[in-house]
Amino acid sequence: MIGPQEQIVPGLTALARWCRRNPVTAFGFFIILGLGVLGLLAPLIAPYDPYALNPREKMQPPSWDHLFGTGIFGEDIFSRVLYGIRIDFGIGLGAVAFGLIAGSSVGVIAGYYGGRIDEVLMRLMDIVAAFPGFILAMAIAGVLGPSIPNLIIAIAFVNVPVYARLSRSRFLVIRESLYALAARGVGASDFRILTWHLLPNSLAPIFVQSTLQCGWAILDAAGLSFIGLGVHLPTPEWGVMIGLGAPRIIAGQWWISFFPGLAIAITVMGFNLIGDGLQDLLDPRRW
Amino acid sequence: MSVFIARRLLLLIPVLLGVTVVTFTLTRVIPGNPIDLMVSPLASQETRDRIAENAGLNDPIWVQYLRYIEGVSRGDFGDSFVTNQPVLDDLKSRFMPTFELTLFAMLTAIALSVPLGIAAAVWRGTWIDHISRVLAVFGVAMPVFWVSLVAIYVFFFLLHWLPAPQGRIGIIIPPPDRISGLYTIDSLLTGNWKALKSSVQSIILPASVLAFAAMAPLARITRASMIEALESDYTRAARSLGLSESSIVFRHALRNAILPVITMIAIVYGYLLGGVVLVENVFAWPGLGRYVYNAIASSDYPALQGFILYSTTVYVLLFLFVDILYVLLDPRVRL
Repeated sequence: MIGPQEQIVPGLTALARWCRRNPVTAFGFFIILGLGVLGLLAPLIAPYDPYALNPREKMQPPSWDHLFGTGIFGEDIFSRVLYGIRIDFGIGLGAVAFGLIAGSSVGVIAGYYGGRIDEVLMRLMDIVAAFPGFILAMAIAGVLGPSIPNLIIAIAFVNVPVYARLSRSRFLVIRESLYALAARGVGASDFRILTWHLLPNSLAPIFVQSTLQCGWAILDAAGLSFIGLGVHLPTPEWGVMIGLGAPRIIAGQWWISFFPGLAIAITVMGFNLIGDGLQDLLDPRRW
Repeated sequence: MSVFIARRLLLLIPVLLGVTVVTFTLTRVIPGNPIDLMVSPLASQETRDRIAENAGLNDPIWVQYLRYIEGVSRGDFGDSFVTNQPVLDDLKSRFMPTFELTLFAMLTAIALSVPLGIAAAVWRGTWIDHISRVLAVFGVAMPVFWVSLVAIYVFFFLLHWLPAPQGRIGIIIPPPDRISGLYTIDSLLTGNWKALKSSVQSIILPASVLAFAAMAPLARITRASMIEALESDYTRAARSLGLSESSIVFRHALRNAILPVITMIAIVYGYLLGGVVLVENVFAWPGLGRYVYNAIASSDYPALQGFILYSTTVYVLLFLFVDILYVLLDPRVRL
């Protein structure tokens, strides 16, 4: 008789084998999962309230009391970086989700209907893609005003053409594939082919792209917040925190900006390693 | 050839018109009435009405758009709310500092990353390949404004090698006589050594930071493209003919591998147009990035509109240039 124990172990060894064969991708997963857990457990781990100001302990360098030091209002940087995981992951995932939904809808509609609708939609995408990405996001965020939802909209909007083009091209390839033909042959409806056959098969490259875009979204969000176009001040967002410490750098108080920036770099690296690794699986020629 | 260029130029018109629709719409969805930004809050209702009438804000929206397009086609981007100068003049005066910065950044990035990518492809799996991969992973992950701050801390505060952020040149040092508008080049040409030293010291950090960000994607695409070329049939043919390895790499493989690199250079330049906004702010660099930052901070919409239109046009023209280069370099594209 096979007990549940024996069933789990082969699964784990398969996972271990996969990790050994793709150490870099596994490392990326490890980073993102680890940060995700830290973010979820932030209230348990953080030694201080991320919003608490303590004027008596302003701008202390890192110590055992304050692992990452304290900021210009005496706030504990370590606690704020931990809570920042929630904000920055939220913005990154939110922007990717909105961009993905809007973009792949446009792409699938264009690919499905073809003809004039396809032409109009894709030319509209060309126009959006004609803008340098960060500058368009900056303009949208600047006009909408600084807030987290506006930041997500701005970054998502810029990425819509990426997903539209990708999902359209995948869609066109798959529509002509043998299994779509076979499904049509046995009398499946258009809707069923679309949702059961075409969608799952075009997901892989879109998922890979989303992982890479997540890193970009977090970088762009931090950049916008750094110049005051994103998140409001008391919110523990990494870009805002770097901005707060920026004027203190020439006085040598490096820790205020350093640790939030390190958090961004590690997060973006994690997402990129996953995205690159998955891309290798799909297309081994790429790096 | 000229037919090709003419057709590509014609195709640009709808894209650029679309871009103006976006920039125009952006400034119309601002919460509040644009008139509030143009007059003092203490102005009487009559003054407000008169200014709104003069500015044409009471006309139907499509008339306003046509007027905007007509102005833009004459080079009239409107006046900045803050400097009260024509936006185009403002942009012109801030173009050269940004051009100098991005030019040096781009040249540095190309000079370092293309050889690195070639070496990584030729000696695949060796230490140089690993170095270039690590660089590519870190280079794209680090926020450019954060790298700027870390660089200032290390090279100014710790090592005292370079001055604190001071713009293009030290405050007490008079800028060189204008020849090209690039401080480093002009001070070199006029033999103004004091200005040369100061302007080089000022540009080293911001240009290096931008170059670092640009290197990662360039090295990466060079490596990928070179590997493809080195594994191709024509390389195998060249090898079987007994050609030297350097001749295979530089005369055969590189010439075929360079096209994707050129496209990537254009993409990276577009990325730098965004990065420069952040870097100019950290280094107090008096260029377009700082201008648009101030424009956003003070709700100066004509300036914002003008800058977006300007940088998008540059970006689009850059890709046109790349397309033309493709035709010149690769006869297969000539259809």
